[in-house]
Amino acid sequence: MTTAPAETRRRTRRGGGRVPYALLLPALLGLAFLVLPLAGLLVRAPWSALPEQLSSPEVWQALKLSLICATAATGVSLVLGVPLAWLLARTELPGRRLVRALVTLPLVLPPVVGGVALLLVLGRNGIVGRWLDSAFGITLPFTTPGVVLAEAFVAMPFLVISVEGALRAADPRYEEAAATLGASRLTAFRRVTLPLIAPGIGAGAVLAWARALGEFGATITFAGNFPGRTQTMPLAVYLAMESEPEAAIALSLVLLAVSIAVLAGLRERWMSTP
Amino acid sequence: MSTARRRSAVAVLAAAALAAGLTACGSSGSGSTTAPTSAASAGTASSAAKVSGSITVFAAASLKESFTQLGKKFEAANPGTKITFNFGGSSALARSIVSGAPADVFAAASPATMKTVTDAEAANGEPEVFVKNTLEIAVPKGNPKHITGLKDLTGVEVALCAQQVPCGAAAVKALDAAGVKLTPVTLEQDVKGALTKVELGEVDASLVYRTDVKADAAKIDGVEFPEAAKAVNDYPIAALAKAPNAAAAAAFVEYIRSPEAAQALTAAGFQTP
Repeated sequence: MTTAPAETRRRTRRGGGRVPYALLLPALLGLAFLVLPLAGLLVRAPWSALPEQLSSPEVWQALKLSLICATAATGVSLVLGVPLAWLLARTELPGRRLVRALVTLPLVLPPVVGGVALLLVLGRNGIVGRWLDSAFGITLPFTTPGVVLAEAFVAMPFLVISVEGALRAADPRYEEAAATLGASRLTAFRRVTLPLIAPGIGAGAVLAWARALGEFGATITFAGNFPGRTQTMPLAVYLAMESEPEAAIALSLVLLAVSIAVLAGLRERWMSTP
Repeated sequence: MSTARRRSAVAVLAAAALAAGLTACGSSGSGSTTAPTSAASAGTASSAAKVSGSITVFAAASLKESFTQLGKKFEAANPGTKITFNFGGSSALARSIVSGAPADVFAAASPATMKTVTDAEAANGEPEVFVKNTLEIAVPKGNPKHITGLKDLTGVEVALCAQQVPCGAAAVKALDAAGVKLTPVTLEQDVKGALTKVELGEVDASLVYRTDVKADAAKIDGVEFPEAAKAVNDYPIAALAKAPNAAAAAAFVEYIRSPEAAQALTAAGFQTP
């Protein structure tokens, strides 16, 4: 709004010539490809039976579990991921490139592989899991905390990458100035860096949350599938598709509505992030 | 050096894609030419019918070991045929067939899942039951929790199949017959999922088919229980209406119903109907 000259400049450039068909056609095809399946979901929705489908306790159970687990996974990612991003962006850690590669690995790794790995490490017979079981009596597979772990495993890299980017974009001289004024590195991080990169953290958290909400492979592999305990929305949709497609469509509509609500609610924030 | 390696990788990929394309063309071509021959000789033994080309068989997860073995024998008896299997939960397989998955044959672990396919008129003719299967309790080797029957399952961690899949439906029937109420820790998408959880030691027991216990005898033990008789699953098989290679599909179905295949299936722990 404040950049009126830029606006006009852009407008003149846009008016410079007709849009070439070679670009317009694939662009419209791409748009149709992304939008049509979702429109199809709305067309095929069993609207008359929808109230009945959605009033079943299973739907709300799955939705509640999904929201709780995705939020908890985002929390875990924030607590562990922000310091990790700081470590990658602000220190001369030896082997930092390798660490970054390792952090990014779950981003490209098929989630189901993550689930298998988690089960083998944190399962009752896993290296860490066996110790957790014997020392504390904690078993993670097939539990709600297990869902949170599986989701955090796949979602945290999104947050780390996003926060690291924000840290690199933020001017380190503010922190240096704080240090010359006597602030410790931790204080500088808390009072200067964190507020500075808050939008980046917000964007990363939204990305991580959305990724956690849609998580399927790692969850079903590591946490199994049981209604009310580990059956999140994506699992419920997948299973419903096998026996009652109508219910699957209804569940999908709920997820679609949640996604749209999140996008709408965070649009302003999205736009303002660097 | 790295670009050279990348280029050679691309070349390999391109060659593989080309080869795949060629074999696909070749198989479909030969499949269509032999179709009339085998249609004419329908009714004779499968080994006598000249079939070729590739077929895709969707089969219940519990058939994995026996069908893989029988598939090899079928390929050996019918040179030029190639069988690709897709094993999984019968309900998911049925759903994907109805949704248009390119399959030639479907072997389900229950009439209910086969009904999904016949209701959509996706089967070619009436499905025929070729084996029966019963449940057993799968426990880790040595039965560390000393499980002797369904009643012992209430105090331990149990994996069951989801109710949508045949092994889950059978499990519910058996548990009801025994009057046992239990809360499993997980509901798996197919019987092999439930079995693996025992194999990994992540659960103490699971309800799977006798045949699964037998196929995995090196790693797990099976506990029989009387209520299993109340939950016997019939396994129907059918060639599919939209089978890309109908002749070979019919021949494979015929082969599975032959005495030779029945012998192998019985050896794997199935019962003949």
